[in-house]
Amino acid sequence: MKKSPAPSEVYLEGVFQLRGRDFVDAGLVSSRIKNSLKNKGVPEDTIRKIAVIAFETEINIISYAKEGTISFYLLPDRVVIEAEDSGEGIENIEMALQEGFSTADDSIREMGFGAGMGLPNIRKFSDDFEIVSEPGRGTYLKSSVMLNGNYRAKDDQDDNA
Amino acid sequence: MTTLETIVETLGLKCKCCWEKLKTEVKGGYAGDLLSDVMANSKEHDVWVTRQVHQNIVAVASLKEHAGIIIVQGAQPDSDTLAKAQKEGIPVIVTELSEFEVVGRIYKLLHEQD
Repeated sequence: MKKSPAPSEVYLEGVFQLRGRDFVDAGLVSSRIKNSLKNKGVPEDTIRKIAVIAFETEINIISYAKEGTISFYLLPDRVVIEAEDSGEGIENIEMALQEGFSTADDSIREMGFGAGMGLPNIRKFSDDFEIVSEPGRGTYLKSSVMLNGNYRAKDDQDDNA
Repeated sequence: MTTLETIVETLGLKCKCCWEKLKTEVKGGYAGDLLSDVMANSKEHDVWVTRQVHQNIVAVASLKEHAGIIIVQGAQPDSDTLAKAQKEGIPVIVTELSEFEVVGRIYKLLHEQD
């Protein structure tokens, strides 16, 4: 199911582990991804979209899965967010992609999540989006935001900048 | 230029953390309690007006690079929220005023400067 990019074309990548129901650290992974891309000089408008996509992906894993991973890749022409989780999966993806549809319980809603905007937001901010889910097993999601020629990695850029 | 400090002083709000950041410029605002809505639609340098108090609001404000968060209607931020806000450098401001009144007055302040 997972089709990671070939290593030769990757400028920057990271993989993060997430645990279900760990709302204390919610946002941490998105924040790290955002800062890494900023340090690499990726254009602001791309980072803004990726921040929303990464955050919603993170919240989805924390809210609905037992555990999962989020990976990101900076490629010559795009930034990719890839997520894979084990958990309840999604029964009806078409419905889950409709704004307002949510299976969130009250504890999630009380925190201001679970409004049925997560997946629609991810799709809205992605230039390319795919999602595969197996109920009872888990979900795989891949989202790309194109750089539209606005980014050129420099050889002398420091990975740890 | 309207700063958070101008807003705090004019509206009589109370800053709970990150006083040192009150000179930050406020360019606009967003009001909302649904985090996904705020993530999708708010902008950098917005002041975010909300009734939510738990620590995830800091994650959202930090990711979106908001100028600060104003918690309305006498609600108090959780202690975890303040600790996280301190760490991230996001001013958290509280008020007894309603969301409607806060937003209306900030809107007026921002547009008087135009």
